[in-house]
Amino acid sequence: MLISVYVPLLITMVVAVFAPRAAPLLAPRPAAWSLVSAALVASLGWLGSLALLAFAGLAQLPEVAEEGRWSVAAVRASDPVYLTVAGIAALALLASVTGLAVAATRQLRHLRWARRECRLLPGDTELAVLDMELPEAFALPGAPGRIVVSRGMLRCLGDREREALLAHERAHLRCRHHLFQTLWRLTAAVNPLLRPLSGAGGFVLERWADEEAAVRVGDRTVVARAVGRAALATSANRSRPALAATGGAVPQRVRALLAPPPPRRALPFVAGAALLVMCCASLADAAGDSEQMIETAQHAACVTAQAAATSAQPLVPPHGPCCAHGRPDSPPHQH
Amino acid sequence: MHDRKSDEPGATSGRRARGELESGVLAALYGSDEPLTARQVKDRLPGDLAYTTVLTILSRLHDKGMLVRHRAGRGYAYAPARDEATHTADRMRSLLEHGTDREAVLTRFVSELSEADEQLLQRLLSEHGGPQQGGPQHGEPQHTGRTDEGP
Repeated sequence: MLISVYVPLLITMVVAVFAPRAAPLLAPRPAAWSLVSAALVASLGWLGSLALLAFAGLAQLPEVAEEGRWSVAAVRASDPVYLTVAGIAALALLASVTGLAVAATRQLRHLRWARRECRLLPGDTELAVLDMELPEAFALPGAPGRIVVSRGMLRCLGDREREALLAHERAHLRCRHHLFQTLWRLTAAVNPLLRPLSGAGGFVLERWADEEAAVRVGDRTVVARAVGRAALATSANRSRPALAATGGAVPQRVRALLAPPPPRRALPFVAGAALLVMCCASLADAAGDSEQMIETAQHAACVTAQAAATSAQPLVPPHGPCCAHGRPDSPPHQH
Repeated sequence: MHDRKSDEPGATSGRRARGELESGVLAALYGSDEPLTARQVKDRLPGDLAYTTVLTILSRLHDKGMLVRHRAGRGYAYAPARDEATHTADRMRSLLEHGTDREAVLTRFVSELSEADEQLLQRLLSEHGGPQQGGPQHGEPQHTGRTDEGP
């Protein structure tokens, strides 16, 4: 308990630092799935660890011990955590759960809006064209999702590049990339440390769709040109100043498309999987320790009650059959 | 990413394939300055489509009210019906320009470029894409006068 409960917290930080750096360098599809698993396990580990820490503090409160019929002294004797640490963990847990609830509500509202918008768009075709000069293209998730492209965008691309654009957006819809993004947003709400995963994930999804488009079109250069042309046309048409903060995502995508397809490498995935397994294992270990601590404390409370009962015969044990569960090996003292 | 059976044209279901063709036809028509005949549309679409397939899609889109057409020689030249697209564009523009939170669910094709990105991109494209063109229209002569054997 002492160490294992902190391991998931530590692993969360390791994941938050390394996963966003490693993911863009790997083949995009496995990278996206890895980022999803990492985000999921890390945030569950985070919640679990905080809950265990908070519980270890809560268990030391006399009122809680009274309710759960265990001995405060025995819990304290097993030396779980400082009350301050437990208090901080409880606050962090509260913040995480609140953040998750807020983010989930918001995300659900957005997805519902997108779904409605898909129906409102004119026509029943997969592609909905916006009659505007500003180059714009995006996938609108729904059932079924729609590809929304402005006339300006279609006019700045050649025939094969248009095909690449459609294939790219189609890949977003078909592979349900919005669900990946939703999951990253939710995990970032649970733990803000995981926010970089969302950013890296967004890039990886674009790369994934680029690669799918390249397979579809059969020419990586065509996709590279489509992305590059679209980006240049977009920035030429924007009145607002371009943000430097976008960090060169488009040039990176174009460069990746002009290079051969990324090789499949196993080592980063194996390392990441090992880390996540470690996270789960230590969380399970900590939970087991926590359970054992409570059982021991319940046993101690029971023994005390038995002692009191035997010394003053007419008194009934305060908590009735407290030893029956949890300690099957303890002698049955009731009646 | 290369072993996906579903990526092969033959494996896609007929309905999806038709939907994708419709998208391609619409995109080609919106991407063009002038109305296009069925043969011109066919030339702009990927793969080796049958002329009748393109013609079927064009007439279906026309039946749905998404295209307008006028006589061109023995066949028709098609153009997108733009009223609805304009209406939708107004709504979407206000959404996109205000940069609301809702953008979160959209996966945009390209993100914005910084000035350095722009130069880098120009260089990358000129190295690999041949000479930089102002637009694709320059490289593709349009034969609007051409007739096509319609029904």
